[in-house]
Order: sequence, then C-alpha cells, then structure tokens
Amino acid sequence: MTELTDLGVAAIRDGVRDGSFSAREVATAFNDRVAQAKALNAFLVETPDHALKAADAADAARASGDLKPLSGVPIGMKDLFCTDGVPTTAASGILDGFTPTYESTVSANLWQAGAGMLGKLNLDQFAMGSSNETSAFGNVISPWRRKDGGNAPLAPGGSSGGSSSAISARLCPAATGTDTGGSIRQPAAFTGISGIKPTYGRCSRWGTIAFASSLDQAGPMARDVRDCAIMLEAMAGFDPKDSTSLELAVPGWEAGLSSDLKGKKIGIPKEYRVDGMPAEIDALWEQGIAWLKDAGAEIVEVSLPHTKYALPAYYIIAPAEASSNLARYDGVRYGLRDLPDGAGLQDMYAATRAAGFGAEVKRRIMIGTYVLSAGFYDAYYNQAQKVRTLIARDFDEAWTRCDLLLAPTAPSAAFALGEKSADPLAMYLNDVFTVPSSLAGLPAMSVPGGLDGQGLPLGLQIIGKALDEQGVLNAGLAIEERAGFTARPEQWW
Amino acid sequence: METTSSYRIQGATGEWEVVIGLEVHAQVTSNAKLFSGAATAFGAEPNSQVSLIDAAMPGMLPVPNKECIRQAVRTGMAIDAQINKWSRFDRKNYFYADLPQGYQISQLYHPLVGEGAIEVTLDEKDPDSAVKRIGIERIHVEQDAGKLMHDQHPTRSYVDLNRSGVALMEIVSRPDMRSPAEAGAYVKKLRSILRYVGSCDGNMEEGSMRADVNVSVRKPGEEFGTRTETKNVNSVRFVMAVIEHEANRQVDVLESGGKIVQETRLYDPDRNETRSMRSKEDAHDYRYFPDPDLLPLELDDAFLEECRASLPELPDAKRKRYEGDLGLTSYAAAVLTAEAETARWFEALLAECGDQAMAKAASNWLISDLFGALNRLGLDIEHSPVSPKQGAELLKLVADGTLSGTLAKQVFEIMLETRQDPGVIVEEKGLKQTSDTGAIEEVIAKVLADNGDKVEQYKGGKEALFGFFVGQTMKAMGGKANPKVVNDLLKKALG
Amino acid sequence: MSVDTATVKKIASLARIAMRDDEAEAMVPELNNILGWIEQLGEVDTSAVEPMTAVIPNHLRLREDVVTDGNCRDKVLANAPQAEHGFFAVPKVIE
Ligand SMILES: [Mg+2]
Ligand SMILES: [Zn+2]
Repeated sequence: MTELTDLGVAAIRDGVRDGSFSAREVATAFNDRVAQAKALNAFLVETPDHALKAADAADAARASGDLKPLSGVPIGMKDLFCTDGVPTTAASGILDGFTPTYESTVSANLWQAGAGMLGKLNLDQFAMGSSNETSAFGNVISPWRRKDGGNAPLAPGGSSGGSSSAISARLCPAATGTDTGGSIRQPAAFTGISGIKPTYGRCSRWGTIAFASSLDQAGPMARDVRDCAIMLEAMAGFDPKDSTSLELAVPGWEAGLSSDLKGKKIGIPKEYRVDGMPAEIDALWEQGIAWLKDAGAEIVEVSLPHTKYALPAYYIIAPAEASSNLARYDGVRYGLRDLPDGAGLQDMYAATRAAGFGAEVKRRIMIGTYVLSAGFYDAYYNQAQKVRTLIARDFDEAWTRCDLLLAPTAPSAAFALGEKSADPLAMYLNDVFTVPSSLAGLPAMSVPGGLDGQGLPLGLQIIGKALDEQGVLNAGLAIEERAGFTARPEQWW
Repeated sequence: METTSSYRIQGATGEWEVVIGLEVHAQVTSNAKLFSGAATAFGAEPNSQVSLIDAAMPGMLPVPNKECIRQAVRTGMAIDAQINKWSRFDRKNYFYADLPQGYQISQLYHPLVGEGAIEVTLDEKDPDSAVKRIGIERIHVEQDAGKLMHDQHPTRSYVDLNRSGVALMEIVSRPDMRSPAEAGAYVKKLRSILRYVGSCDGNMEEGSMRADVNVSVRKPGEEFGTRTETKNVNSVRFVMAVIEHEANRQVDVLESGGKIVQETRLYDPDRNETRSMRSKEDAHDYRYFPDPDLLPLELDDAFLEECRASLPELPDAKRKRYEGDLGLTSYAAAVLTAEAETARWFEALLAECGDQAMAKAASNWLISDLFGALNRLGLDIEHSPVSPKQGAELLKLVADGTLSGTLAKQVFEIMLETRQDPGVIVEEKGLKQTSDTGAIEEVIAKVLADNGDKVEQYKGGKEALFGFFVGQTMKAMGGKANPKVVNDLLKKALG
Repeated sequence: MSVDTATVKKIASLARIAMRDDEAEAMVPELNNILGWIEQLGEVDTSAVEPMTAVIPNHLRLREDVVTDGNCRDKVLANAPQAEHGFFAVPKVIE
C-alpha cells in the first residue's frame, strides 16, 4: 500500500468513505510527517489535535452515514486566515501573541465541510513577497533541490510558501493560499503543485488578514486539479459579511471537470513573450500549446497591449491599500506594543510599528504612504487605477477572440534563497505573468508542466474569464493529463 | 448670495467682517452602526457596544447599514439638495487612539448628497426680519470615532470604542454666514430640520450634533482671509462664543502684524477661549483614497422615491400653511413650527378640537398657557402633564361657554396638578360658569343697589365705571358667571 | 519625482514608523529605484479612462438596521496589551 501521506484530497476522501482506512489513521500519519519536517520551516503552529478531532468526527460520520465533502481530509492553513483560539500572525512580529476570538469565513467553510487543520503555515510577512523570505519566523525552505549537487536552499515561492513547501513535501494533501499578485500561482509553479486563484469575490475575505483589499483572493493549493476543485468548492461561497463577495451559488466544479477542450479557443498573449525569458520557459509554453491543441482546443494569438504597465500599476495600488490596511497595527488593541520610556501615544505607534514590521512590509507601507500623500494621488494612485481599467479592457477584448489564455506562471524556476532578496525590484518582476489577471480579478491557475534542466518544476498558467473557474480547471486538467507530472522532491529533511 | 450683515468687529485699523462656515456632524438615528451590527445607544458600559469590526480586528470588513444611507438621503431631500445616485466611500488616514482602523471611512470625492441650502431668519418673532439663504455644499456619511478619557489615570488615557463606527452625517455649509447670530440661527434651523426628518435627534449635550467652526476675518469687500477650524463645539451658545472669540483673536493677531495660521483649534468653554490642538499638528495629509473594501454606492429610483415619500411636512412649509390656512400670526406660526414636537403637539390638539376654526384659540392657549406652565415646571412638551386631548377638551369648554377665561385658567392649574380631565374637574369643583339670567339679574340688582353713588357717576357720563360693575358682579358670582351674559344684563340694567 | 532623506523621514513619520537617519538614508536609493520604475505609468494616455471602481461587476449590498453584534467586551479586549476597567489603556494623550 502506498503511504497515506502520498494520497491527495480525493483519494483520502474516497478512501475514508469506502473504509480503506480511517480518518484518524490519515490524520495521525500527516501529524507525524509534519512533526518530522521542521527543517522546512513550513509550519508556524502545529495543531495535531484539531486534525485528530476532525478525523474522529469524520470516522463517526462515516459510521452514521453522513460524511461531508472533506470528511477525513486534514489540510494546512496559511497563517493569514484568522483561526479561533489558534495564534495567527501573518508571519509578522507585529501580531506577536495575537490569538483571534473568531474564525475566518474561508477556514470556517472548510471545517464545516469536514476538513481538519494540521497547523498554520508560514508565509511572506503579510503576504508581501515572492520567496517566503520576509517572514518574521524565518525562511521556508523548498523541499526541491537543484541537480547540481550544491544543495543550495531554494525558495518555495511566495507568499504562500509554507503552503507550497508543505504540499510538495507531502506534509499535507492540500492547503489554503491567498493570491494578491500571484501568491498562489507562483509558489505552486516553484514546487510542482497546482493552485487556483478564483474570480475576485468568490472566496470571502472576512477574517483573512488584509494585504491589498481590491486584489486579495483566497484559493486552494493541492497536488492536482481535481483536488483544487474539491477544495475550492468548500472554500468559496457568498458571504454577507464581505461587501465584495459575489452573491452566486458555488458551481459543482469537481463534477464539471472535463479535459475535452473541443470548441475552446485558447489565446496566447504575445506581450507575455518578454525579453530575457529562459529558453526552457519558452519551450514549456510551446509544449503547453501543443497539449491544449491535442485536447481539442484551437490556438489563437491575442494581444494584451497594457501588460507592461501591470506591474508598476500593481506596485502602486497594492502598497497604497496595504499602507492603509496595516494602519490598524498600532499596539493599542492587540499584538506587539513597544513603549519606550516616557513615550507618548504617537511615539508608541512609531516604535511599535518599527519593531513589529519587517523590512519589506515597511518598504511597501512607505511606497503606499508616499503615493497617497498630498499632491501625488492623481499622478500615482488614480493613474494606476485608470491603467487598471485599461488592463481589464485588454482582457475583455481578448475574450472576444478566445475563451482562455495560456502563459507561463513565472519567468523562471525557483531561485535560491538570498539570490534576489537584496534587490526588491528584481523580486517584484517575478510576478510579471501573474499580476495582470490579479488586477482584473480573473480566475487563474498554475499547473506543473515539467522540469527544467536543474530538475526544478516549471508551471503553466491558465487565465479565464470572470466566473469561469470551470474553464480554467478543465484546461488545467487537460495539461495535467498530458504532462504526466509525477516528479517529487527527494526527501532530505 | 451675500446679504448685508451689520455685524462688524471694530479694530484699531477699522472695521472687520467675519466669514463663517460650519461643518456640522449629526449622528444618524439608527439602531446599529454604519458598518457593523453593534448598537448605538448612548451611555452604555465602556466597550460593550463594540463589534470586532469596530475594534478593527485583523480581517474585519465593513458592510453598510441601509437605514443610515436612507436617513442621509432624506436629510438631503429636506434641504433641497442634489442626491447623488452614485457615491462612494473613501478612507481618511490618520493615527489616533480613538480611531482603531487607522482610518475613518468617509466620503471625500463622491459624497452622497451635493449642493443644497436652508433659509434662516435672524428673529423669528419679527415677521419682517430678513430671511437669509445659507448654502450647503454637501452632506457626506462617515464613521464616528471612539472616545478618549484623560482624567481617570495619572499617566494613561482610556479608550472606549462604543461610539466607534456610529454613523454621522457631515453637513458642510458654504462660508455664507457673517455673524455669530447667523451661525446660531443656522445651527438651530438645521437642528430643527433634522428633527423633523427624524434623521438625527439633535441632542447636543449627548454629542449627537456638534459643529466644526471655520472662522476667518477680512476687511469688508476684500478676499477671504486664512481660516481656523475649531473642532467639536457642542452647543449653539458655544458656536456663537467661538466665533466671537476667534474673530476677535484673529483681528488682534492681524492688527499687531501677525499672520493667521490655518490650524485646528479646540474650544474651552470654561475659559471661553480657543487654543491650538497639538494632537492635530500633522493632520493635513489624510491620504484619502477610495475604500477598497466597499463598492460604489448606487441608489435606484425606487429607493429615492421611498425616501421622498416618507418625508414629513417641513418647518418652512408648515409655517406658511399655519399662516395661510389657519390664519395664525407669523409669530405664532414660527413658534409652533420651530420644533417638530411642538408642531406635532399642536396638530394633535387641533385634531382633538375637531374644528379648524379653533386654531387661533388653540395656538394662543398653547403658546401662552401651556408653554408658560411647562417653562415653570421645567418640562419639555413631550413630557407635558396635560395631553392634547385634555387641552382640546378645555378649549371646547371655553368655546361653548361652560368656562370663562378665568375659570379655564383655574381648571388648567388643577389639570397640571392632578392630570384629571377638565370635564371631571368642572363637575367635581362646581366650576361651571352660569348663564342663568335670573341669578345674574339678582346679583346685578344688589351690586347696583350697594353702589348707588357710582351708578350716579356712570349715568353722569363716567362710562369707564362699566368695568367696575362687571368686576363686582363677577366677584359676587365667584367668577362663574358668563361674562357675555353679565355684560348684556348690566347694560340693560343701567339703561 | 525622486525622494531625499528628509522626504523619507517625513513619509516614515506619516506612516508612524520610527526610522533612524541611517535607515532613512539607506532607503533613499531603494525607494527612488522603485518610484523611478513605477513612474513609467505616466506614459499611458488615460485622459478618456475612468479609474477602476469594482474589480468584478458587483453592487454594494446594504444591511438592514438591526443590532446583531457587539456585547462582546471580553472578545474585544482579549488581546489588548493593556486593558483596565473595561477600557484599552494607552499612554496619556494631550489634545
Ligand atoms: Mg471637519
Ligand atoms: Zn467629519
């Protein structure tokens, strides 16, 4: 028998249902594996009891015949989701000691669906980063290593780096992620797993620590497309507590899965062919095109003329929103308080925020504060929101010619930790392919396509029309079936 | 729309004119807060009416309260303002301990209510007093802050978030006022309209209404000067005092060669002075931007129609109707309509009378007798010991001759004390006036007989003595004789 | 637009982040690098374009005016660095 920890969401669900194993066995196996993987630094908090309790409930539910969609499935929870009674930090020192008295809608939905929690996953601080190097609790290490024998620790991607690392190392079958400018898709690509950012508004933002409100979307990360579909069905849904939540029923995405793409037109955005892109990425893209053709799709070239402005627009809008969203961390009501001797209120704020926020968070707060400050609003923020309109229009224009878009997920494979952290701009450029769809609120997914010359995973990205998660998942499935990606990191930890 | 205002400050260098604009914050009457489901009631235990949203816990999100939007729209309609069917909420960013989010959700770029105006009269008792139109630039909806308490601990301030997130309307006037009196009249009129509409209880002591007072001075005819803003002034009297004080201070500064700094000031009522607010030193860069947690607020016609249909008759219209249809004096009409409660009471009284022709009598009685009594008792009209029904009964007893004016006053005093119906009092105390001509004739005969000398004088031409005979007759009848009958019979008896 | 140390310090103060002079100095080239890059947005002609207001077409829902929340002081104060007598406590503020 394969190890239980090698099973994905669907396999665990089905196995528990048909009695192949108990949910408790599954939870215990994952709990043990989590406990043995400290070297990856993927978990900030381990919650084995939570997983066991849900497992026991699943086993009881099986006995009484009322299993839920995720009964018996233990998952990892990105530590950006507030969890009732379990410390939640967004990987920042400023939330030192914070234990929410409430449960985020997304996590509550998952528990409602029967899932259990293995623990809270590390991330880039406040989800700001593309390598998981900005966490106040240390870097997450990717389980992958280059073939060169150098054993340089690699970035698991970010910001959902704890999630990607844990899934690819088989510490959990699935995890939650959040994606503001690519934080689900890029780490999925770096670690050879799948992840989908749904349409903005599909998953409630209530109880999820905000980075940039108009961009933040929760989504699942898992080892295959079906598991992503199952997870997303549980996570998504209308929430009256979130004004931007979409008042729509959740489609049966798993039931709707089909890799037959006959009649579908796939657009290839020509502006995504950027200078200096590694040949291996380009080759993978060509391979992806061939796979989708093979699945019955027609390929058309499309143009998204404002692509080049997406990143700079993003790096105005996201920091601006963040500078305001993070103003609440002031040492008054929760989290860290740094009160130097004789300090007044405003000094306390400044000291607390200086001590609690990491360098990248401060940098973004500074940029955001600057672009919103007196006299600059029109030139920066308003201009960026106008450009955003143009970017969304580009997509609308493309949808008159195709149903889905195919592009690489990231311009490179995983880089080594420390390789880009000294140059913020180089790091930002890593999100060049993921940011445009985030700005337009569109569903987008990364699926593994193959390995590069160093044996590291590369991802392909599918972008869909608003609300067409099904189309995205189906194209992802078509690639998955053809890519036959089975590579996994060798266990060294 | 400058009208002449004679108010001037006499400086060493000549006359100065004062320019005043007010930003009135009015708490919207609602059960729950603007963006959370926590209660808004005044005076609760600290931090008991606070949701996790109001405390700005991580991941909390705002969802707007429909009633708050509705009340702001109705208020806008009541001041004849442009209602914007498309508006949105912006964040005003600043750090303060009473502001948990680190920003206030407000409306800068696209407010819910645009340009409007109200008319104020400087002296409501004077029918010829000039009416002045004060422009209102906008009304926007925003969150209130929490409360900081400084006097409970030697080295700490305490934060109570009960008010945090309560809905406010910020009503921003044009700089159209030119004297403390005009500003006072404006606040009173605004308060009256809000209370008619029911969108704010206007309770200034509890902070339901407070004004930021913008004052500048200039030589008449010159450009506007630099203004200062004095925050959170919470009574009409204080608004007027702030203007007076601040205008004089500015004149002093300017005349001694200084410059006015655009700044935020605080009013100290105990010392009657304003001073610069240290805590607002860098408050000029609020980094406003649209709140990304909220979509644009779009109102449809059905919503607006309901808002309009639910508006009551407003004070100006009511006053005109009282003068025109009911034939009341402009003074009476102004007094009766100044407060929604008074008008409501008056209309209930008139309805109980069941006869529009009694409007004048009802108005006189309410303004002199009832108001006089309430004043004496320190009660407002909502807590009147006499109900409109009882008042109407009393007026009817006078109209049908059962009670004389004097008797009515006696009965009214007993009503105030015992809360009994006037009919019952008249029965029990036998206060009914008599029109029994036989009895009256008997008394008249005795009065004339006892005052033979005066009868002579009267007949000799001293007609003023007629009143004396009336008085003596009434006195002898214990005030219960019908004065008209007494008059008639006396005239007959005296030939 | 490029920033100097004084501007960085001003922004840090607006953002309430205590910053030493050397930290502010170090941040100058970093911010200028990023700002220089985002300023390419100025090239885009947006004269006939409205800024984006809703990412996905959606309308703002309004809540009914019902008290459904609050009355949870323990939860509100549970994580407070300093709470006394039902209040959050902060260093004394002079207004
Ligand atoms: Mg103001
Ligand atoms: Zn205001």
